[in-house]
Amino acid sequence: MPISHIMASGMTGIRAAGDLVARMEFSKNMRIGEAKEYVAKKLGVDIMDLSDEHVMRELREELDIGVITSVPGAAKGIAAKMNIEKLLGVRINSCKLFREQFA
Amino acid sequence: MTTEYVLRMGDGKRIYLTKEKILSEIEDGSANAADLGEIPDLSADEIDKLAEILMMPGKSVSVEQGMEVPVTHDIGTIRLDGDQGNSGVGIPSSRLVGCMTHERAFGADTMELGHIDYSFKPVKPVVSNECQAMEVCQQNMIIPLFYGAMPNMGLYYTPDGPFENPGDLMKLFKIDKARGSMEHAAEHLTRDMVWVMQKLFASGADGVNFDTTAAAGDADMYGTLRAVEILRTQFPDMYIEVGMAGEMVLGMHGELEYDEVRLAGLWPHEQALLVAKAGANVFGPVCNTNTSKTSAWNLARAVTFIRAAVEASPIPCHVNMGMGVGGIPMLETPPIDAVTRASKAMVEIAGVDGI
Repeated sequence: MPISHIMASGMTGIRAAGDLVARMEFSKNMRIGEAKEYVAKKLGVDIMDLSDEHVMRELREELDIGVITSVPGAAKGIAAKMNIEKLLGVRINSCKLFREQFA
Repeated sequence: MTTEYVLRMGDGKRIYLTKEKILSEIEDGSANAADLGEIPDLSADEIDKLAEILMMPGKSVSVEQGMEVPVTHDIGTIRLDGDQGNSGVGIPSSRLVGCMTHERAFGADTMELGHIDYSFKPVKPVVSNECQAMEVCQQNMIIPLFYGAMPNMGLYYTPDGPFENPGDLMKLFKIDKARGSMEHAAEHLTRDMVWVMQKLFASGADGVNFDTTAAAGDADMYGTLRAVEILRTQFPDMYIEVGMAGEMVLGMHGELEYDEVRLAGLWPHEQALLVAKAGANVFGPVCNTNTSKTSAWNLARAVTFIRAAVEASPIPCHVNMGMGVGGIPMLETPPIDAVTRASKAMVEIAGVDGI
């Protein structure tokens, strides 16, 4: 059932830009229109591109913010989230914790 | 010969309805919600749009391109590894595997980690285990990862908890004592939820999903709103989602207020204001499915309630669309035709910010 929702209405997470839009809703209380507009502006793409795997796959690799498959040398997990922090201008709790432990 | 369309009953059974019958069911369902919640009915255009979605020929339907919304999840990885005869499918796997599967294989926009019981109270003795699991998952995950659990205040009453069961007390007409028991339980619920989330946030959780809030009535909601308020003060960056258990807050206590608003009897568009006031980022409104009614009636009713909540809410709304809520049939394997139609209708008519 959750997969039915994802296929019918979802933004498909890191296949496209669903995680980024969700972060703006949760970190800044942005409604869907505002969150999409914000992320699209930060990525330099159209709002339609945010759910377009063809556009987002290449862009995510270029920005090093994580993709679904293994790309040698590419940022994954915390490293990808640190790049997302910078891209969106938000703080991510696990990255903050990681930095504190690192220091 | 009159054309008939394949729809569902609220229990998932396949039925065949004419266009005229579908329109009449939509009007009835919407009127029911409008009457109960004192909110606007669906407009003529919205009724036509909903009928059009329900009568689409394909088995699966989807939103128009560009209208996609992020999805959040309840139950977490229990969906995969849980096996209690409910929604878990009993695949032996770690929670890290479950989270990463959702992120990389299922296309989930967010995910959550949860304890097998999925209630806050049983997490307390194993919180270190939960923190370890959260840390490991956060190191490997990219999408927002919440800790999810149910307030489930019923666990604080005898025989499961320390406080006398209000149901038993009310049967003896000990109303004041029953109310006192609920108030004590709510205090403990708040304390436990805050304590658990302090630990999980210190382990890197992006936030918390309070799932099925108010399942034990107005005191359950009071305890949860207080927890949200405390967590927001302590952790300004914590992502907080409050999802409801039902469309209306049951007045088990009847007199509890939050922000000078009586909690008993609140409908989704009224709940949204208090959830936002407490400090949550996202509200999860609910509309229950009536198994004896058609999917046209249920979906129209749900869309009417949720549209009002979306309009009233100052924060994003991620509508609850699991089995038996949000116009979805009440069955463990809800038919894909019904799920995708409900999904599309919630986005395109109710205007939800997420599911």
